[in-house]
Amino acid sequence: MDLTTLLLSGLALGAIYAALGLSLVIIFRATQMVNFAQPALALVCAYLAFAVNRATGGYWLGFIVAIVAGGVLGALTERLLIRPLKDRGPLSPVIVTLGLLLVLQAVAGMIWTAEPQSFPYAFDFRGAFSPASLFAVVVVLVTAGAILLLFKFTTIGLRMRAAAFRPEVAALVGVRVGRMLTIGWTLAAAVGALAGLLAAPPFIHPTVMDTVFVYALTAAVIGGLDNAIGTVIGGFLLGIVLSLVSGYLGAELVTLAALAILVVVLSVRPDGLFGQRVARRV
Amino acid sequence: MLRHLLLALAALAAIVALTFLVDPFTNIRIATVGYLLLAVAGLTVLTGLTGQISLGHGAFLFIGAYTVALLVVYVPSLPFWVDLLAAAAAAGLAGVLTGAAAARLHGPYLAGATLALAVGLPAITQRFPDFLGGSNGLGFTVNSKPAGIDIPSTQWQAWIVWLTVLAALVLLANLTRGRVGRRLRAVRDDEVAAGLAGIHVGRTKITAFLVSAVCGGLAGGLQAFLLGTAAPGSFTPALSLGLLAAMVLGGVGSLWGALWGAVALVALQAGTEELAHALELGTDVANNLPLAAYGVVLIAVVMAFPQGIHGLVRRMRPVKPEGAA
Repeated sequence: MDLTTLLLSGLALGAIYAALGLSLVIIFRATQMVNFAQPALALVCAYLAFAVNRATGGYWLGFIVAIVAGGVLGALTERLLIRPLKDRGPLSPVIVTLGLLLVLQAVAGMIWTAEPQSFPYAFDFRGAFSPASLFAVVVVLVTAGAILLLFKFTTIGLRMRAAAFRPEVAALVGVRVGRMLTIGWTLAAAVGALAGLLAAPPFIHPTVMDTVFVYALTAAVIGGLDNAIGTVIGGFLLGIVLSLVSGYLGAELVTLAALAILVVVLSVRPDGLFGQRVARRV
Repeated sequence: MLRHLLLALAALAAIVALTFLVDPFTNIRIATVGYLLLAVAGLTVLTGLTGQISLGHGAFLFIGAYTVALLVVYVPSLPFWVDLLAAAAAAGLAGVLTGAAAARLHGPYLAGATLALAVGLPAITQRFPDFLGGSNGLGFTVNSKPAGIDIPSTQWQAWIVWLTVLAALVLLANLTRGRVGRRLRAVRDDEVAAGLAGIHVGRTKITAFLVSAVCGGLAGGLQAFLLGTAAPGSFTPALSLGLLAAMVLGGVGSLWGALWGAVALVALQAGTEELAHALELGTDVANNLPLAAYGVVLIAVVMAFPQGIHGLVRRMRPVKPEGAA
């Protein structure tokens, strides 16, 4: 494959990593934790879209169902699993999300089997930079932009930032902190569902999101886990670099390359390329 | 020291006695508990005692299993215990490298890096399909049983596994009770304070990774010995998360907890298999039932009894002063 093709396909892949990375960052900013259940939430949403596609034959109804389901699942996860653990240290919620990851992946395998099944693209996918790839890049950029605007310029965005930054003070001035966290998880899981819809084609199977999640987490970490813009840039950069690794060195080495990038970036800049350096509390 | 040794000898005698009472298939399960116990114990040292979360512990089992497989296939003249030591050494080396990279990372960053290791490393078998056997892996047979002993081979395997595991656990128990263990706990509780007290934090974390990886490598080597194969499909991220589930279920930070966790892991696997058989569930449901069970266990334990099984056991006993146990 020539360089241009690799760069363009890397851009399309990068959009997926950016979207899933963005969903991780939204939750990290709200709750200071990585949601390890995110790939499984996205997987279940993509399978729901798959089921709707099968039933109706069209693409867009399934798309909408998946996004809405993502939001509902995100809100439920926060309310039922994360909120009861809010005073229990950093490890407990992480382990609960890992448990949820296993459960959802297993349930997806039970319902839809381990066999890969064909999953449609939104548009025509042929060519070096197909309409489907263009759609992926545009929809992710628009989503990221909308979320940035939401956080920066709307009242609800300001409330969400306040609730994440100083929960007690925010509560004192009348912000419903719990509700803000639920909104954050809803938003994040809906963006995650979008990532799942983009990542699933051409074939969906229960482990399809595993490597995507590793790349998304890598993107979020090198971009700075609290930095949405950095994560989107990190996602696209990573997509391009990994596409080059895949093209020139071999597809089997892509995950290890992501690991190498992660380790190198964090050795040089422990809070990511664009992350703010925070003094750790002693 | 002596107490751990006596306990281990008693345990070995009990296991050997037990292997005579059960059928060959159950002996495989007993051996499985053994190597899982060692892997979970290693994870306990890393996550429970040192506070370094690892979502990629399966990678060390992978290295151990493939070291044994490669040595058996390509250097068949070596005695089996040398293969096992080589597996421990190879995994230990990987552990030092991982630890050195991880010493600067904390929390979610470390979790991400170790997860990438667990997802990425098994793919290396696709890179060298002739040498590492591709996705089918390497198959082999080990004839370690001396000629004079007339018992089923699975029973002999269970003995070898438990002998190795208990020897490693005695070392591990002494290590974690001594100065090294205190350093690990000091780093877990407060890195800055530990550093001020003269503990080299980075070196301590690397030590924890080394110890933990050696346990994982040995466990992987024993698994390969038991199954007679090393294949990438055995070392999925689900394995790493299963080990984490076992550690959390047993009780984070105690070697006894590792035992309960390993027993529970095998019991869940066996239980879900039998349940699926009894209810005549389809293969898709049956194959995914253990994973779902691990997940439910992780969630339930954290939500309902965060101290794990060992915490429950301990609560039934009178409280001893810290450090006396």
